[in-house]
Amino acid sequence: MAEQDVIITEVALRDGSHAIGHQFTVDQVVQLSKALDDANVPYIEVAHGDGLAGSSLQYGLSKTDEMALIEAAASVCNNAKIAVLLLPGIGTVQELKQAANIGAEMARVATHVTEADVSSQHIAMAKDLGMETVGFLMMAHMAPVKKLVEQAKLMESYGADTVYVVDSAGALLPHEVKARIRALRENLQINIGFHGHNNLSLAMANTLAAIEEGATRIDGSVRCLGAGAGNTQTEVLVSVLDRLGIKTGIDLYKMMDLSEDIAAQILQKPQEITKDSLVLGYAGVYSSFLLHAQKAAKQFGVDSRDILIELGKRRVVGGQEDMIVDVAAEIVKKNTAVM
Amino acid sequence: MTKMKVGIIGSGNIGTDLMLKLQQTDVLELTAMIGIDPESDGLKRAKELGYKTFDNGIEGFMEQPELADILFDATSAKAHAYHSKVLRDVGKKVLDLTPAAIGPFVVPPVNLGEHMDEKNINMITCGGQATIPVVKAVSNICTVEYAEIVATISSKSAGPGTRANIDEFTETTSRGIEEIGGAKKGKAIIILNPAEPPILMRDTVYCLVEGAAMDEKAVKQSIQDMVAAVQQYVPGYRMRTEPIIDGNKVTVFLEVEGAGDYLPKYSGNLDIMTSSAVKVAEEMAKHQLKQKV
Repeated sequence: MAEQDVIITEVALRDGSHAIGHQFTVDQVVQLSKALDDANVPYIEVAHGDGLAGSSLQYGLSKTDEMALIEAAASVCNNAKIAVLLLPGIGTVQELKQAANIGAEMARVATHVTEADVSSQHIAMAKDLGMETVGFLMMAHMAPVKKLVEQAKLMESYGADTVYVVDSAGALLPHEVKARIRALRENLQINIGFHGHNNLSLAMANTLAAIEEGATRIDGSVRCLGAGAGNTQTEVLVSVLDRLGIKTGIDLYKMMDLSEDIAAQILQKPQEITKDSLVLGYAGVYSSFLLHAQKAAKQFGVDSRDILIELGKRRVVGGQEDMIVDVAAEIVKKNTAVM
Repeated sequence: MTKMKVGIIGSGNIGTDLMLKLQQTDVLELTAMIGIDPESDGLKRAKELGYKTFDNGIEGFMEQPELADILFDATSAKAHAYHSKVLRDVGKKVLDLTPAAIGPFVVPPVNLGEHMDEKNINMITCGGQATIPVVKAVSNICTVEYAEIVATISSKSAGPGTRANIDEFTETTSRGIEEIGGAKKGKAIIILNPAEPPILMRDTVYCLVEGAAMDEKAVKQSIQDMVAAVQQYVPGYRMRTEPIIDGNKVTVFLEVEGAGDYLPKYSGNLDIMTSSAVKVAEEMAKHQLKQKV
């Protein structure tokens, strides 16, 4: 493997699941994984958007069983390792074992930024299974730096090899990312990572700020194939880092080609910052709420932005998709009362 | 009226809330509070209220086993496995509020009658107590192919036991949805929300029913009747909106506000556990007293 200053995890086959309503097919996963492996991408995350066992009425049913997708991806990769995401409360150690059995080598255990203690069981199990283990602190904009450090230290104490600052809402500003990564760097011995969303067009700026402060693990989604407006665009990030003299070991031309030839074909429409994805970042709402809010807006005849802003006000956390319909119904009730 | 004597094992939040609830019932007589920490608020309050207290755990109680015929166990799954064995040997009944799942699952308005003579009854989980009645209400009318529940509770109301073993919640609740709720397949999700002030417990139930033609009116009525039955022993249990029926999918949004006895009102998740357990004990006591006559 080529020399690496920053280690990239490609999340399109997990985070991108949100963008296409969890409709990945084995064929798409095989094509993209093969090409990513060939381009020297070190880690490829594969799972339902909400992690293992995320297939549900709450989040959307998977078209293809994620275990079949994980197995297919693992079978075509020579060097790239397959990562899986697990949200305690949704998935359990049973699914983690199953994924490890069919070739997943990295476990990313995700909790809300203030709830790290629900991850101890899963981080410990991942270590027992011989997996590289990441603690994933989601909605990092919702907690002060001190709280984030305390929670990251918990994950470190459970045995995580890396802790990520996860900007699930794409709401963090570059100086906020800097403060968070710096504080973790000062207080933790393990690797620090950053996962951004481009809802405020800041994914790249935030990623660079994180790297400047010492983050060495970075998530990207090729062609922005991720929730909301997508993540830091992997092929662009690889180019920018190359210009900065920061090595990722990834083949830039191959990355550009697979973006154009494979990822763009998977996206039902090109990723752009629409008014709804912008509002996700502006209001600080979990990026996977996007399609659900649009659907509820249509169903109840209300403005999707009103739903998202209200969800932000209520400090709804990741996974609370059932609140979307609830809030939409309340807005209708309120509007009718005013009339 | 003759009362059935009961005791509580565990002097934490749940045990103490049970103690306050048991003061309000007329078929149960609380006699003893069994803990292991003499400094715990629960044991101190129990002493003040005039109950017999033990700070050396089940061993203390076993010296005076005549104090109670039904015991509530609000400790941990591990401790319960031991308590269950010891109490079974002396013929006591135990209502298990831990996730140990030794005895059969009980949700009062669904299957309480079937287990009146059991020695050990398990109360499943808070999410199970809140949602299984609704699944059952739907499966009473149609075949439920799949039921999924999402329980959202305030971070403050999730204790260290729940947090360290969150998989037990999803696994036990899923099993309860199938075994007691009557769904062919069950799934449970739990979410912790740290918002301040703490949110009330919220539960969403989704059921996918077999066949295209659902008797919507009958399904809605069945759900309403079931919610009313739960309200009999958990007054703060309610639907946030009418059930939503969309094709073969039934969605019900619930909210559980606690009674605020010992635990704050936002912890409806804990309240529904203690209220359900008291309800089970009351029915068992009535059943047993009737047999004696």
